[in-house]
Amino acid sequence: MPIEILMPALSPTMEEGNLSKWLVAEGDTVSSGDLLAEIETDKATMEVEAVEEGVVAAILVKEGSEGVKVNTPIAVLLEDGEDKSAMDGYTPGVPAAQTASPKPEPEPAIESKPAAKPDTTSQSTEQKGDRIKASPLAKRIAKDKGLDLSAIKGSGPNGRIIKADVEDLTSTPVDAPQAAPQSVEPQTDTTEVGMPRGGGAAYLEKLGITPGTYDLEPLDGMRRTIAKRLTDSFRDVPHFPLNIDCEIDDLLAMRKDLNTQTMEGVKISVNDMLIRACALALKQVPESNASFTPDGIAYHHHADVAVAVAIDGGLITPIIREAENKGLSLISMEMKDLAARARERKLKPQEFQGGTFSISNLGMMGIKSFGSIINQPQGMILSVGAGGPRPVVKDGELTVATVMSVTLSCDHRVVDGAIGAKWLQSFKRMVETPVTMML
Amino acid sequence: MSAKENQSFDVVVVGSGPGGYVTAIRASQLGFKTAIIEKDALGGVCLNWGCIPTKALLRSAEVFENMQHASNYGLSATPGFDLEAIVKRSRGIANQLSSGIKFLMKKHKVTVFEGFAKLEAGKPAPRVIVDGKTLTANHVILATGARARTIPAAGLEPDGKTIWTAKEAMIPQEMPKRLLVIGSGAIGMEFASFYNAFGSDVTVVEMVDRILPAEDAEISTMAEKAFKKKGMRILTNTQVGNVKPGGSTVSAEIAGKAETFDRIILAIGIVGNVEDMGLEKLGVKIDRTHITVDEYSRSNVEGLYAIGDVTTPPWLAHKASHEGVICIEKIAGENPHPLDANKIPGCTYCQPQIASVGLTEAQAKEAGHKIRVGRFPFIGNGKAIALGEPEGLIKTIFDEKTGELLGAHMIGAEVTELIQGYTVAQTLETTEKELMETVFPHPTLSEMMHESVLDAYGRALHI
Repeated sequence: MPIEILMPALSPTMEEGNLSKWLVAEGDTVSSGDLLAEIETDKATMEVEAVEEGVVAAILVKEGSEGVKVNTPIAVLLEDGEDKSAMDGYTPGVPAAQTASPKPEPEPAIESKPAAKPDTTSQSTEQKGDRIKASPLAKRIAKDKGLDLSAIKGSGPNGRIIKADVEDLTSTPVDAPQAAPQSVEPQTDTTEVGMPRGGGAAYLEKLGITPGTYDLEPLDGMRRTIAKRLTDSFRDVPHFPLNIDCEIDDLLAMRKDLNTQTMEGVKISVNDMLIRACALALKQVPESNASFTPDGIAYHHHADVAVAVAIDGGLITPIIREAENKGLSLISMEMKDLAARARERKLKPQEFQGGTFSISNLGMMGIKSFGSIINQPQGMILSVGAGGPRPVVKDGELTVATVMSVTLSCDHRVVDGAIGAKWLQSFKRMVETPVTMML
Repeated sequence: MSAKENQSFDVVVVGSGPGGYVTAIRASQLGFKTAIIEKDALGGVCLNWGCIPTKALLRSAEVFENMQHASNYGLSATPGFDLEAIVKRSRGIANQLSSGIKFLMKKHKVTVFEGFAKLEAGKPAPRVIVDGKTLTANHVILATGARARTIPAAGLEPDGKTIWTAKEAMIPQEMPKRLLVIGSGAIGMEFASFYNAFGSDVTVVEMVDRILPAEDAEISTMAEKAFKKKGMRILTNTQVGNVKPGGSTVSAEIAGKAETFDRIILAIGIVGNVEDMGLEKLGVKIDRTHITVDEYSRSNVEGLYAIGDVTTPPWLAHKASHEGVICIEKIAGENPHPLDANKIPGCTYCQPQIASVGLTEAQAKEAGHKIRVGRFPFIGNGKAIALGEPEGLIKTIFDEKTGELLGAHMIGAEVTELIQGYTVAQTLETTEKELMETVFPHPTLSEMMHESVLDAYGRALHI
């Protein structure tokens, strides 16, 4: 089946970009990690990496195209063994399932924004503007529940928000405590959580920013939760980072190998393997699988690994429960399902609340290394950077290996430096000698 | 027309009651080529043998009662009545409205077929056979309605002479001296009211512990009191057995004691008209004579829909109409909201009138709501006093937390015309606040609706 390469969202706010340069041509064979194209956004120029191997069958968006919407198919890959006939009857963007999961196989911790974005604008504009149409009853229920009406889609006449719309929302993550590990935006002044709406302009004006020179997007429930929880964590938890480099050539080779043998529909990603490595490391270093409480330190019996998934308007961390007891195929399948439902905001609270550890991966966006904010009450969060060829010294010789840098943020109240380091060693051993993961 | 003629439509509606004919009009408005099938008179039971002709009868009863109380208003009148003329007026009104439906069908280019429809399996919808013709359609909507329930095994079966259902009771040739009404729902109480007004000795027997059991208990109690005051004999928690017609009279055992009546009216519920149409063969899911449908009236058979009395309760004309509109709009790809049974008002046109919408006090509590209840009596309303109608009550039930109007229950003069104010409020999802802020005109009975809301929050002004 042809694989679509979609216009990636290179920043959380990116809606479109310019395709400045193609680095491959039709007919080229590419493998995972190869650079495909250069994309220019209002902020920067970035390179798009291949996440699948295959042959470039068609380039759909010409070099120099401007204003290409995020998630527009820009090229099509054919998998090994497929010939051009696989393209017969193929129309870019048609298979809905593919558009919905823009990168079928990359480390799924962070997905680019779903394709829904351009489609929803027409609906959400109905509710933008000064007045939110909502029934008095819906307003009151929303107020009681602390829901933000501007984030809710109305099903009544002309998009009016009615009781059923706000009642339905109790099960969505909007006001549930939720994980939000790595903050994609720097923590600036979003600490002003709970400031009355409409205070935005006055607030900025005091700080010297002229009204009218920006668009003020009201905070929705998810954004409020992210702001609140990360502010709390950043203020209350004594964070410290630990870095380590891992060579992942063996891991990549094993993944390639495994994927030739998995059952139909299962394709193990690097991230799936990292989830398992994390879980096993937590098991090997049980003192690191801990939470601080005012009455004592809770040592968790299982490694419930929360995985950060970027979704439209924020992020959420679905959890692989007891990941230490799950094989790669199962982790992969669960992750695929959780990530898909996370993007539709259809996770049940128990699916994203209550992990014991988090992992956040920005590798596919070319981030070399970064540190995440701890997702309370978890004791640690792992930030995974991009893997790429780097010079290393082995036995006194300079050589090249695929190296991935990871950063472990620890809550010093429960995880001291030595414990964190022990965990990273365990993790590194697993990643560099992936066969140990199979034990 | 040849006997084996085939005709194709987008939509075929079976039954032309308030469910069917409204659906057909809406279908036509939405651009569907539409046909409607009726085995009897256009307009169905509602218009010919139900809602409308009984309202005509009850109006006669009301005017007659007013005549009897003329002196209260400083007037004099010699009350008297002509039963034949009363019935004739009622029939005339039914006929007038039925021809109105004929005109509406023509105006909206809906093809009318006369005859009994049978269905055969087909794609994309079952084929409809009527009067020797085969109609094919993309969508077939059953609106075949319901009829009075009878229990032959217990003798509860009309014999056309002494034992009546609503239909016979609508066209009496003489006033029964002693009348037994079995069942105290809306239909039973309306007939009890009518015959009582014209001098029959009316006994109403109800199996459960109160009359009008679907209404709020407080309203039931007030109604029972009012009926008893008018001379009705009301027996609750009572069963009727051993019904035996005996020439010009009929005997029945009430609470173990045999009594003789001139007529008995059976008002013990309805059964859906689901027979003889071939529904069993199509495999249509039917639950105790009512077709099982989803929130958009889709049956389990592809292309087949059902609306109104032949489906789920409440069995009310306005529910059927609304359901039909939702059904056809959904078919047309529009996005209607499914019907919320809680927002369907119910009206009973006995004297005093009764109207209600939403949850009763008991239901609201059972549903786990913490509630606020408001009450306002007719005696506190200027217009009610001026009308000479000082008896009645308007009761409102709010959710204490959200201010949602959970239910409204009324008894008294003209309340059937008042209830819509609350249904609009419910549909717009107002809270008590908007209702309090609404200006009600003075002097009207509607002011009581305002006062009842205020009372729920301890703010009633005229009490």
